[in-house]
Amino acid sequence: MDQAHAHSPVPGGPVNFYVTEEHEHVHSGAGTMLGFWIYLMSDCLIFAVLFATYGVLGRNYAAGPGPADLFDLSLVALNTSMLLFSSITYGFAMLLMERNRKAATLFWLGVTGLFGLAFLGIELYEFSHLIHAGATPQRSAFLSSFFALVGTHGLHVTFGIIWLVVLMVQVAQRGLVPENKRRLMCLSLFWHFLDVIWIGVFSFVYLIGVLP
Amino acid sequence: MSAQPAPHSGDVHGHGVVHGHGEEAGHGSLKGYVTGFLLSVILTAIPFWLVMGEVIADSRVTAFVIMGFAVVQIVVHMVYFLHMNSRSEGGWTMLALIFTLVIVVITLAGSLWVMYHMNTNMMPMPHDMRSMP
Amino acid sequence: MFGRLSLNSLPLHEPILVATFAMVALGGIALVAAITKYRLWAYLWREWFTTVDHKRIGIMYVILALVMLLRGFSDAIMMRAQQAIAFGGSEGYLPPHHYDQIFTAHGVIMIFFFAMPLVTGLMNFVVPLQIGARDVAFPFLNNFSFWMTTAGAVIVMMSLFVGEFAQTGWLAYPPLSGIEASPGVGVDYYIWALQVAGVGTLLSGVNLIATIVKMRAPGMSMMKMPVFTWTSLCTNVLIVAAFPVLTAVLVLLSLDRYVGTNFFTSDFGGNPMMYVNLIWIWGHPEVYILILPAFGIFSEVVSTYSSKRLFGYSSMVYATVVITILSYLVWLHHFFTMGSGASVNSFFGITTMVISIPTGAKIFNWLFTMYRGRIRYELPMMWTVGFMVTFVVGGMTGVLLAVPPADFQLHNSLFLIAHFHNVIIGGVVFGLLAGITYWFPKAFGYKLDDFWGKLSFWFWLVGFWVAFMPLYVLGLMGVTRRVNHFDDSSLQIWFVIAAFGAVLIACGIACFLIQLVVSFMKRDQLRDWTGDPWGGRTLEWATSSPPPAYNFAFTPVVHDNDAWWDMKKRGFERPVEGFRPIHMPKNTGTGVILSALAVAFSVGMIWYMWWLAALSFVAILVVSIVHTFNYDREFYIPAEDVARAEGARTRMLAGE
Repeated sequence: MDQAHAHSPVPGGPVNFYVTEEHEHVHSGAGTMLGFWIYLMSDCLIFAVLFATYGVLGRNYAAGPGPADLFDLSLVALNTSMLLFSSITYGFAMLLMERNRKAATLFWLGVTGLFGLAFLGIELYEFSHLIHAGATPQRSAFLSSFFALVGTHGLHVTFGIIWLVVLMVQVAQRGLVPENKRRLMCLSLFWHFLDVIWIGVFSFVYLIGVLP
Repeated sequence: MSAQPAPHSGDVHGHGVVHGHGEEAGHGSLKGYVTGFLLSVILTAIPFWLVMGEVIADSRVTAFVIMGFAVVQIVVHMVYFLHMNSRSEGGWTMLALIFTLVIVVITLAGSLWVMYHMNTNMMPMPHDMRSMP
Repeated sequence: MFGRLSLNSLPLHEPILVATFAMVALGGIALVAAITKYRLWAYLWREWFTTVDHKRIGIMYVILALVMLLRGFSDAIMMRAQQAIAFGGSEGYLPPHHYDQIFTAHGVIMIFFFAMPLVTGLMNFVVPLQIGARDVAFPFLNNFSFWMTTAGAVIVMMSLFVGEFAQTGWLAYPPLSGIEASPGVGVDYYIWALQVAGVGTLLSGVNLIATIVKMRAPGMSMMKMPVFTWTSLCTNVLIVAAFPVLTAVLVLLSLDRYVGTNFFTSDFGGNPMMYVNLIWIWGHPEVYILILPAFGIFSEVVSTYSSKRLFGYSSMVYATVVITILSYLVWLHHFFTMGSGASVNSFFGITTMVISIPTGAKIFNWLFTMYRGRIRYELPMMWTVGFMVTFVVGGMTGVLLAVPPADFQLHNSLFLIAHFHNVIIGGVVFGLLAGITYWFPKAFGYKLDDFWGKLSFWFWLVGFWVAFMPLYVLGLMGVTRRVNHFDDSSLQIWFVIAAFGAVLIACGIACFLIQLVVSFMKRDQLRDWTGDPWGGRTLEWATSSPPPAYNFAFTPVVHDNDAWWDMKKRGFERPVEGFRPIHMPKNTGTGVILSALAVAFSVGMIWYMWWLAALSFVAILVVSIVHTFNYDREFYIPAEDVARAEGARTRMLAGE
């Protein structure tokens, strides 16, 4: 590396050992996006463990109901579409944020939140339906691991919505200042990441689960 | 985590001069989001159709096809929604993602492999233990 | 109202615990009284508890670790005493249910609340200095991480006096840790202590990775990073990739205990073997999380005290990276005997043996660094040489254990206990003690006293060999671990020798504490004015001791692996004017509040006080959200203040 020369005014001349001008933004979040991404990677491993548990225990029905008896695929399809719509609406919010359109950004964030709530509502409906049918998390290892995996994803969506509401308040209060933009971008990563996890859930748990 | 990222990470991103990466990191474009959305709809609809319409008789084949679609859709999301590329943050996000995927694969495949053998060897069997050699 | 908690939960019938409690209470009252008398509360709160300065947080981590070392070590010496006397007719003084809590607490505390905070503390203190940064990437998060770790330690300590601790061994295998076999609060204490501390560990891992990746001084490419920074990076990668696994497994175990699910039960399709499998996916990388920073410390120490560039820098880096990845491919060697069969066992046996190759390469690198170097046998160097001799033996017994057929004999025996203490004490503890001695002058401005340090070293080294060699012998004879009474009195002599060794180690710890006190008393004689007492090679030695809050008045520019050595060699002149205001993060008390709420939440969960758990959970959410409404988190240190601090250093260097 010829880094040494880069800081030396004349090749072979005296070498600079420090920078005289102060570099800003050491603390103003230069590492935030990377840091948040690393956090998401660790979250990914939590889901990996839950998937592995489902993979190992998911066929242990303990003489109880199995996926084919329980899952209503059309409901899952509806649910999946809610999450997909929320993804693209969040995308719209991000595009408008870039153009500093505060009101429009807030509008699309609100729409995203509504889709998220719809997703949660449908999931809760499904859970209550299962529990009323006697398919409780305690019934078998399959159901334990099913509720743990899908429930953890649902919890993440719940926290995502709380975060979204907080951010909407903050954007409304302070506008699209750099801090708020950064936070919106973190939530964007989080939201799309949850979508990626959901792809695994509907493929691996629901669709493959109901196969004969 | 090897030394490959050395050439660009050290001199550009190594120090405080990270010219507001947040601001310029790719957000994609309307076209990107719409493309991603349409691809996702297609890639979601096909597996649902395969299962709900009982298109393929062999469920093992169906399972593999579904997994294939899932992988493709995950890539679509990564590219169009998460704007994953080898340039952002000096390649570190990509590196972190690859490392994580390796660990995820080890965790999943390892657990399934290990536990399959455990179950075969150790779980109580209906046969009489006294007949074992 | 109080859930399961009642007066009967207080162990009033256990004289040992009552006496301990009395002593702890007296000590605590004395400490509180002293702080009040000298009016230190406001100072502590403002300058330490709420600080976001990585150096102070690092020091607080180290203090936490040393306090917990005393607790963990008293557990150890109680076990050694029990096993030395409990033969034949004598039952010893610890009944099984108490003994079981002690060995569990010993393992949990030594790993999670001694070794981890000490490692994190050193990384926190040293890494930003080594890379020429002003602080870590997320200073508030750093403070929060520290307090969450402390909260976990508080929960463990609480179990000593209120209720009980787990009796399951340090990894709490089900079905023993399930609700049927362990209906008490012990396992719940275990779970919540680890979950709360785990949050801190994970976040500090994220923080340090972002710091190392984003905040290196100009010119410091990856292959110009000091080796300690490299090993810290790998350790934090391991933390971020391994601790989520622990979190998830413990959540599943809690669901089994609290909700009645069937993950790891023996009914309804549950499978306890899955727990063992998952927890070791975390557990093996954890071993490397602890040892890699120690390897980094040895690398720094060896090259400094040999006055020589580290031999084979790039092979050192590659070995570290290889170990990082391989550590994910060996977890099954912890349960060869669970019965996964020949194919699986051979795979994991081979990967385990492969790991010894990069580790061996490192040992040779250190030896070649010393070869023809101008070696000074200062204290850190003595720890390093002690490490090399001890660790190699531990590594070799590890390779023995990696052979599955041998493992069937040695599994769960005292041979295993001897092996992992051999690598953890001989590797991690020696390394961390070397690190403390090496960087102490940087943190406090004076060196540690040599005499008491050397005494401590020899007590530790000899004590270790005397305490653990008998366990190898016993293990080969088939004695199993976690037993509180023996019938065969021919074994007793070995346990007596081991107990004597433990006493020697106790002397080592005592000498270390005396060393701290003596050095403080003699601090004027031991003072280091230069900031570079050892002839250091990396950037942390370029600034004053202790460093100013902003670390470096001007961000250094790096041209070489050993940046400070290179600067000294090429006639670097310290800038004495032209200072500018420096942008720094503000202190905040949110970390303290959040971790206190986390303790309250855990108490609620442990004792089934659901109202408390719900209330504190909501409070955690509210406090976190309120914290995000604070946008005013930074301030400038005025240029005059910087000039004043740097002027004082100029005069100090001139010997005035």
